[in-house]
Amino acid sequence: MTDAVALTAAQAAAAVEAGDLDPRELFEAYRARAAADDLNAFVWVAGEAPGEPASGPLAGVPLGVKDLFCTEGVPSQAGSKILEGYRPPYTASVVARLAEAGAPLLAKTNQDEFAMGSSNENSAFGPVLNPWDRSRVPGGSSGGSAAAVAAGLVPWALGTDTGGSIRQPAALCGIVGLKPTYGAVSRFGMIAFASSLDQAGPLTRDVTDAALLFRHMTGRDPRDSTSIGLPEEVRLPSARRLDGIRLGVPDDLTGEGVEPGVMAAFEAALDRARELGATVERVALPHADYGLSAYYVLAPAEASSNLARFDGVRYGLRVEADDLLTMYTRTRHDGFGAEVKRRIMLGTYALSSGYYDAYYGRAQRVRTKIAEDFKAAFDAVDFVVTPTSPGVAFELGAKTGDPLSMYLNDYFTVPMSLAGIPAISIPCGLSEGLPVGLQLAGPAFSENRVLDAAFALEQALGFDGSGARQ
Amino acid sequence: MIDREQVLHVARLARLSLSDDEVQQMAGELSKVLGHIEKIAELDLDGVPPTSHVVEVPNALRPDEPRPSLPRDVVLAAAPAVADGGFLVPSPQAG
Amino acid sequence: MSDVAYEAVIGLEIHVQLSTRTKMFCGCELGFGEPPNTRTCEVCLGLPGALPVANAEAIHFGLMIGLALDCDLAPRSIFHRKNYFYPDLPKGYQISQYDEPLCRGGKLGDVRIHRVHLEEDAAKLIHLGTSGRLHGSEASIVDFNRGGTPLAEIVTEPDLRSAEDAGEWLRLLRTTLRRLGVSDVNMEEGSLRCDANISIRPAGTHELGTKTELKNMNSFRFIERGIRAEIARQEALLRAGEPVVQETLHFDPRTEAITSLRSKEEAHDYRYFPEPDLTPVGITDAMLERARAAMPELPAARAERFERELGLPADGARLLAWRTELGDYFEAALADDGDDAPEPQALANWLNELVARIETDDPAESQVQPRALASLAAMVAGKRVTQNAAKQVLDRLVAEGGDPAAIVEAEGLGAIGAGDELEPVVQQALDANPDVVAKLSAGDMKPIGVIVGHVMRETRGRADGGAVTRIVRQKLGL
Ligand SMILES: [Zn+2]
Repeated sequence: MTDAVALTAAQAAAAVEAGDLDPRELFEAYRARAAADDLNAFVWVAGEAPGEPASGPLAGVPLGVKDLFCTEGVPSQAGSKILEGYRPPYTASVVARLAEAGAPLLAKTNQDEFAMGSSNENSAFGPVLNPWDRSRVPGGSSGGSAAAVAAGLVPWALGTDTGGSIRQPAALCGIVGLKPTYGAVSRFGMIAFASSLDQAGPLTRDVTDAALLFRHMTGRDPRDSTSIGLPEEVRLPSARRLDGIRLGVPDDLTGEGVEPGVMAAFEAALDRARELGATVERVALPHADYGLSAYYVLAPAEASSNLARFDGVRYGLRVEADDLLTMYTRTRHDGFGAEVKRRIMLGTYALSSGYYDAYYGRAQRVRTKIAEDFKAAFDAVDFVVTPTSPGVAFELGAKTGDPLSMYLNDYFTVPMSLAGIPAISIPCGLSEGLPVGLQLAGPAFSENRVLDAAFALEQALGFDGSGARQ
Repeated sequence: MIDREQVLHVARLARLSLSDDEVQQMAGELSKVLGHIEKIAELDLDGVPPTSHVVEVPNALRPDEPRPSLPRDVVLAAAPAVADGGFLVPSPQAG
Repeated sequence: MSDVAYEAVIGLEIHVQLSTRTKMFCGCELGFGEPPNTRTCEVCLGLPGALPVANAEAIHFGLMIGLALDCDLAPRSIFHRKNYFYPDLPKGYQISQYDEPLCRGGKLGDVRIHRVHLEEDAAKLIHLGTSGRLHGSEASIVDFNRGGTPLAEIVTEPDLRSAEDAGEWLRLLRTTLRRLGVSDVNMEEGSLRCDANISIRPAGTHELGTKTELKNMNSFRFIERGIRAEIARQEALLRAGEPVVQETLHFDPRTEAITSLRSKEEAHDYRYFPEPDLTPVGITDAMLERARAAMPELPAARAERFERELGLPADGARLLAWRTELGDYFEAALADDGDDAPEPQALANWLNELVARIETDDPAESQVQPRALASLAAMVAGKRVTQNAAKQVLDRLVAEGGDPAAIVEAEGLGAIGAGDELEPVVQQALDANPDVVAKLSAGDMKPIGVIVGHVMRETRGRADGGAVTRIVRQKLGL
């Protein structure tokens, strides 16, 4: 069975289709690996294979799902104590869609509480360890999904990305992570962090797996007004060359703060792109540098409202008290972790009377400028490329005392989130023995082209992720 | 940048109880983050429209057709306290 | 200063539950009186991950209200979140509209409309009293059945000047909404709820005084009484040289007491921001066309038609048109008696007689068929029954229904016009009043009423006064 685990998800699906692999054995092999997980990547693992063997194009290749996706009857607590023991009465649209396509739920993955974090240290279930180096973080907030895929504990997994929560952990764990165009995938059933930014996406071993999983995720959902799907079917990537492709490196998003080893791996990857026929140009994103500031107004503001429903009345934790106000404030004090409280405070402040215009109103306008910057950039280049993260995986606890330095992890990923455009992170090399990610972003709904370019680059780079799989 | 009083006011709006230490720490951390956020005050944004929906999907409306509601026992199963078929809460103060 | 006359300045905020099939943002069916929490789902319970999707029919109803109130319909409007904590608010925010509402401006009757917007209703809190489970403290339960019911909030400009005006205008609004078919508009059941913003100022001045907001008035009677009481309270304050404080007030209809709802908490800070889960509502031509096509004749237009086509006086026309049920009954009666059509004004008078005699608001719910009222009016007009006798017939109709002609026949209530039957009664009256006969014969016609009155008594009102006078003149050779 080690053979089966060595296969990518797409290869495993093909093997099942060809009759060379029994999907129940595949499920059981991964179930055993997940159950033996020592990275703390999972918060729940299926007790047994689903009764009926899965059918459909995903051929029973089992799926890891970030805790914040609601799964009927299965714990779904978004990494928070405030949802301790919560089992939803319904399943998120995207999980249901994937199950229908033949990808059964294998495990729920650990995450930063309510997707707030870049290290997976903000989980009520404790931190996740990076399989490349267990003293280091896997990134966040989809850290459990990223670590599990990198370590071969699941073939593939779902994550969510609000300001980098798929791309950054993918980079730090040496795997592929795609944040789709906002609206490409239904958010129904995803426990919300920041509604205008949240998108579900795949975390996979390679670009082909990302395309295959994403193909069955996308689509308009009548239960999510903001979902629109994609104008064309997702194709499995096949490009080998990048002839005529113009890659834009934003002056405004590189330079200071990037670790030299990360920069070196990134530059080397650009050289490979040139060898494949691409041109690399400088491109201006004059407002991108303001992205992080705008993001840390908009996302906490929406979060402060989204998390108001956790009030001890209908579900989750309640700290009993004789009066309502005390019940509310103690429940929320005890139920939310420090980072979540910080963001609720920040967001409440930014929306409060007298501050709206200076913070929320301005941040929305910065958002407009950033979206315009990208539109202008895509007139000049096909894709914008940056390092995914300014550094490689850092030591556990290194940044927990300094929220701002933690927030700076999102520096390269946040502008794309604000603009709502698709961006993929692929591993592009190692620095100090730890993976470095390259981010490639395209115009809204250009996922097919993004995947194709990423695939060509991936083939040329030949990154070997097997070091993380035990 | 943001003082104790403001932290307490915002915490009250957000229905969060904070210990004295937490108030102190929160004031420091929020001030630091707000200091970074202040950056957006530099920009001239006159006449720039705000973006609240990055992808516009006009009129994503729902036909007025019933869907089955959830069974009450399912609805109440997750509740911390229940009485008479409802979610039990301490009464909001009248005054 | 103490004899300054004050005038009141009143604006209303009305919440109307829309009678769609399902809730504003989810597919749960609306209901009334179901067991608690049987009409709920992940969306209207605010479960983690659930998302709202706006009900197209609620938008349609909103547009119809906008058209009826002559509003400007926004080509694009958006929803906002209004953030506050309360157990009846499952998400910790209400989805409402803020600075880009569906409709702005407008007018109904003499009152200008400020805006109309759509939102979701809160759930219901049921007070349980002391509960052992919560250590002897007061407890409530929350029932989310009502939560998420579509609401239209209608806000007027401060154009009303008295409690009576406010009551009358609200009746017009209710009739208009009922005619539109967009709501049950039942105040007792809470499908129509009204808050009033009230201030007073010296009559003839234009500056607005400090206003208070009077909440929780759940019947027309209470609204008028509450506003009257608040105006009196403010007047007493000003006359005593004390200021009116801007606050939210509650009127207790039992005690007529007005109490402040101001809580110990700081002023509300709702932290409105655009609802990211919902996309903008763009009004298309097709949506507008559909709303226009669905518009019935509205009370104001109907009153105008009654005036123009039927020659009713303005007051009478309003009275019928502003109460849909009266207007409908009136038109049914008018249409029903083909060969013996009653005269509209006379019929309107008879409808008033009927309304005064019945308990229900709607005459259609009485024993009296529109056809019966029409034929009664026609019989009076044709002098087949006198006014007085007809009132007795109407009493019988109200009590047991039936056909007026049959009642007249059975009870012998037909008018006694002239000749054989009436003549001996007149003679008897003359014989009994020789002093009156003497005056009449001398040319003083004043006391003829005595003779007519006598005849009426004898005939139980069936005699025609004109005919009696004619016979008297004949007999006395006048
Ligand atoms: Zn519902």
